Amino acid sequence: MLEAIASRGKIRRMFGALKVPVGDNFAVAGLIIYVLFMLTAIFAPVLAPFDPTEILYSTDYELASDLLPGQEGHILGTTSLGRDIFSQIVFGARSALLVGLTAAFMVAFIGTIVGLLAGYFGGWIDMILMRLADVAFGIPFLPFVIVISAFLEPSIWNTVIAMALVLWRDTARVIRSQVLTLRSRGYVEAARVAGSSDLKIIVRHIAPNIVPLSLLYGSIAIGWAILTEASISFLGFGDPDSISWGYMLQDAFASQALSRQAYHWFIPPGMAIIFVVSAGFFISRGYENLLFPKLGR
Amino acid sequence: MSTLKPVLSRTFQLMLVLWAVVTILFLMFRLMPGNPLAAYIDPTFTLEQQEQLIRQFGLDKPLLQQYFTYIGNLLQGELGYSFRYRTPVADRIWLLLPNTLILTFSSLIIAYFFGILAGAWLAWHRGSRAEAVALPVVLATRAMPEFWLGMVLLAVFSFSLGIFPAGGTRSPGTEYDSLWALYTSADFLSHLALPMLTLAIYSQGLPLLLMRSNMLDVMKEDFVTMAKVKGLSPYTIVIRHGARNALLPVMTSFAISVGYQLQGNVVVESVFSWPGLGRELVSAVSASDYPLAQGAFLMIAVVVILMNLIADLLYTFLDPRISHA
Repeated sequence: MLEAIASRGKIRRMFGALKVPVGDNFAVAGLIIYVLFMLTAIFAPVLAPFDPTEILYSTDYELASDLLPGQEGHILGTTSLGRDIFSQIVFGARSALLVGLTAAFMVAFIGTIVGLLAGYFGGWIDMILMRLADVAFGIPFLPFVIVISAFLEPSIWNTVIAMALVLWRDTARVIRSQVLTLRSRGYVEAARVAGSSDLKIIVRHIAPNIVPLSLLYGSIAIGWAILTEASISFLGFGDPDSISWGYMLQDAFASQALSRQAYHWFIPPGMAIIFVVSAGFFISRGYENLLFPKLGR
Repeated sequence: MSTLKPVLSRTFQLMLVLWAVVTILFLMFRLMPGNPLAAYIDPTFTLEQQEQLIRQFGLDKPLLQQYFTYIGNLLQGELGYSFRYRTPVADRIWLLLPNTLILTFSSLIIAYFFGILAGAWLAWHRGSRAEAVALPVVLATRAMPEFWLGMVLLAVFSFSLGIFPAGGTRSPGTEYDSLWALYTSADFLSHLALPMLTLAIYSQGLPLLLMRSNMLDVMKEDFVTMAKVKGLSPYTIVIRHGARNALLPVMTSFAISVGYQLQGNVVVESVFSWPGLGRELVSAVSASDYPLAQGAFLMIAVVVILMNLIADLLYTFLDPRISHA
């Protein structure tokens, strides 16, 4: 009985710490878009009428290239190579979700660990870690990701790792300053005087208070990662085996879709990116309003 | 002078950052697959050229010694030879830098001019229907891939309407007596219009949102309430009392924006075939022209770090409340 109550309290505390931003219109809109986005990614094979990489032929055995929306059952038409654009959009959600989540996780994870260590221990650990952050701020982000993606084998993972190697810097700085203020709070002092180990103080007293901040920065990183992956694919350094929205735009650009005014080809991938990335911005704004009510407006 | 010390220490810190970035660059281009000589030597170079480069960059020496030679060469502005152009990398970089800077600064000036005015206006009309429409639109422009926006503008204004040229900096066959004549010609400016507009639309969000939230803060301050009580016109309150105080952090963000913009330029320059550093970096990487790729990367990094420094210093000088403890 007592245990049940205790665990219920724990669960409530956990949700309290996660602070899911409901009640903010922007954030709710963002969350709805995210749910749709994830469902699209999960059920892509069901939703897509065609294989996104398959070169299609029409009923009279001719290449089904450059079809307009609505022709022969292609909702958004086909590409110059005869691939179904709508199916590519649907499958593009998968790589966007993959890139967004893994990059956001890595950025939030590295940034949080670095910020915790630097803020809590101070001294030379802080000095070294913060100079590293300075260096990360001095590295031109996109050029760095381009060079790494081009030199290593082109794959989504290399792009994600290159992004995480630079983007942890913002999270680390913010977490560090948060830890600095937490460290001098009464209850942390009390725990230290009572003989708690550093590890215990970090895990029990400091980490729970910075989880929402990590989530905030993670949710911002999702958008950055999707935009960056799109740029990398557009420039031709992306994963050749995966259909992403950036790849679609590169395909359209290289196939002269612009001069042929094939708007149905290059407008939808861009809109898909805008929807998902701005949903991330909406959610992070909602978070900010919750975390820093003073700024809330 | 109490402000001199933080300036010097920050400058020193950023010199260290530059050194670290240069070192990372060195390692990055040595760790790539293949022959270590490939970073400087193309198989099609003549034997004498190859030997000269091996000597100049100490390519037959151990890695550590190569590193010191590399730093020494850098200090003399020596970046090696481009594989494709057969010219010194440094010459090529200096040729392209003005194009990139013109594009960056012109688009940012437009973006800040618009962003500051629109941000102040939105703050004054807080809670209005205009705000409810404008804010999501502004956030959406921040969520756009810049190159996609460029593609859309290119398709509409160049290919559909034929108002602006599709790429490059000048029409084929045009010659100008001087760079100045080129940069002020109608031809150049019409080539500049679309990439500039693309980058301006993408970057106006930051100054706009910053200005708006600063204005909202300032409007809560006592002196603004006082001005309202005195019965001053809304115009006087917004411009004389509000905007002047809200403007400061927006201006310091300009330098940071220049750094960010340079990175975004990489894709937009590629869309519009704008001969700048970013497009050069991309084409050099694709064509395995390593010395040129290295040089373009380094130049972008130098500008980014320089802008970080300027932003820090502006902050120090413009707002004396910032302490350096």
